[in-house]
Amino acid sequence: MSDLTAEGGHGAVPTGPEVPVEPGAATTRRDWPLYEVFVRGKRGLNHVHVGSLHAPDEEMAVHAARDLYTRRNEGVSIWVVRAADITASSPDEKDPMFTPSGDKVYRHPTFYEIPENVPHM
Amino acid sequence: MSAPALDRPLDESALQGRFDATIAAGHRIEPRDWMPEGYRKTLVRQIAQHAHSEIIGMQPEGDWLLAAPSLRRKAVLLAKVQDEAGHGLYLYSAAETLGADRADLTDKLIERRQKYSSIFNYPTLTYADVGVIGWLVDGAAICNQVPLCRSSYGPYARAMIRVCKEESFHQRQGYELLMTMMTGTAEQQAMVQDAVDRWWWPSLMMFGPPDDESPNSAQSMAWGIKRHSNDELRQRFVDMTVPQAEVLGVTLPDPELALDRDTGRYRFGAIDWSELQRVISGQGPCNDERIARRRAARDDNAWVTEAATAYAEKHAGV
Repeated sequence: MSDLTAEGGHGAVPTGPEVPVEPGAATTRRDWPLYEVFVRGKRGLNHVHVGSLHAPDEEMAVHAARDLYTRRNEGVSIWVVRAADITASSPDEKDPMFTPSGDKVYRHPTFYEIPENVPHM
Repeated sequence: MSAPALDRPLDESALQGRFDATIAAGHRIEPRDWMPEGYRKTLVRQIAQHAHSEIIGMQPEGDWLLAAPSLRRKAVLLAKVQDEAGHGLYLYSAAETLGADRADLTDKLIERRQKYSSIFNYPTLTYADVGVIGWLVDGAAICNQVPLCRSSYGPYARAMIRVCKEESFHQRQGYELLMTMMTGTAEQQAMVQDAVDRWWWPSLMMFGPPDDESPNSAQSMAWGIKRHSNDELRQRFVDMTVPQAEVLGVTLPDPELALDRDTGRYRFGAIDWSELQRVISGQGPCNDERIARRRAARDDNAWVTEAATAYAEKHAGV
C-alpha cells in the first residue's frame, strides 16, 4: 500500500511517481485566458484578491466570478484582470526592493520620544 | 504574470536554505518563491486530486436533484452541489499557481492518469444517502481540511479556508435531513440506518492507510503540507461522530466500537484495506460511470466553449 496516502480533504489517493503532474503536450483546444479576481467585501473596504478563473472575455469573467466567489454575499463589487497583464515584484528581489525602508525608522511615529504629559499626541 | 528580469541568481543551497527557513518560521510559501521540485510536484498532485474529488463528488448527490422530496430539499441540495463545483474551481485555481494547466488536469482525470477520492465511487441508493454524505463524508472531509487551512503553501491554505467555511453548511444540512427522517416512519428510519451501514467504513477509509503504511506522509508533514497523520485524523473523526450517532439514534456498524475510559477515545474495529485498494484501482461500484459522465460533460459541452470563444472574439474585433 506504499503508493497511497491521505491527501486533500476527501481522502486517500495514489501519490506514487506514476501519477503525472507536468502539463501535457500542447492541446489542440484553445484555452480561455486566466483572469485574477478581486472582490470588495463591503463598502469601505479595498478590493482583495480571491483567486482566478478562465473566461472568454472580461464580461463573462465578471459573471463567472460572481457565481464562483460571491455565492453568500461575500462581495459588493468585483474586479477582474487578465493574469498576463499583471506585473509583479518577485520575492527574489526582496532585498533590493524592500530593504531600503528597513533602515528608515524615522518614518515611524514611534521613533520620536514625546513626554507623557503632552496631550493629544 | 510577467516579472522584470533580475540577473542575480542564487545557488540552489542558498535557495533551499531560504525555503527551509520560511517553513521553519511557520510562514507561507507563495507562488513566485523558489521551491524544491518535490514540494511543487507533491502539491500539484494533492491539489489536483482534491479538485478532481470535488468535481466528481457532484455526481453521487447530483443524481438526486430531480428526485428531491420537496422544493426546500431541492434548493438545499442544488446549493450544495454548486458549492462542490466551486470548491473544485478554487482548487484548480491554486494548482495553476504552481504551473499546472487546468484543462490538462481535467484531461488527466478523464484519462485516469490522476485520481480522485475513493469515496465517490460508491452509489447513492436512497435519499438518506444524501444526508449521510453530508454528515459522514463531509464530516470526514472537514477533519482533513481544517488543518489544511494552515498548509504551508499559501494559495492552497487560502482555498481551504473558503472551502471550510462552506463545508459546515454541508454537514449540518445532512445531519438535519437525517434527524428529520429519524422522526418519520419506521421505513424512513430504516433507510437512514441502511445508509449509515453502507457509508461508515468507506468514510473511515477516506483518511488513507494506517500511518505505518503511509511512507509519503512524513515528507508532507516536514514540508508543512500536511499537519496531522492519517490515524490521528481518523481517530479524531470517530471521536466526534460517535456522540452524533447517539443523538441521531442510529447504530454505527462496528461491534468493536467502544469508549476507552482511560484515554476518553473510541476504539474501533479493523478496516478492510483491500476494499480501499480495490476501489482506488478502478474496481469500485461506480468508477466507470463517474469518469464516463465527466468525459461526456467535457466533450458534449465543447460547443458551448467554442461558441463563447467566437462571441468574445467577434466583440473584441479580432
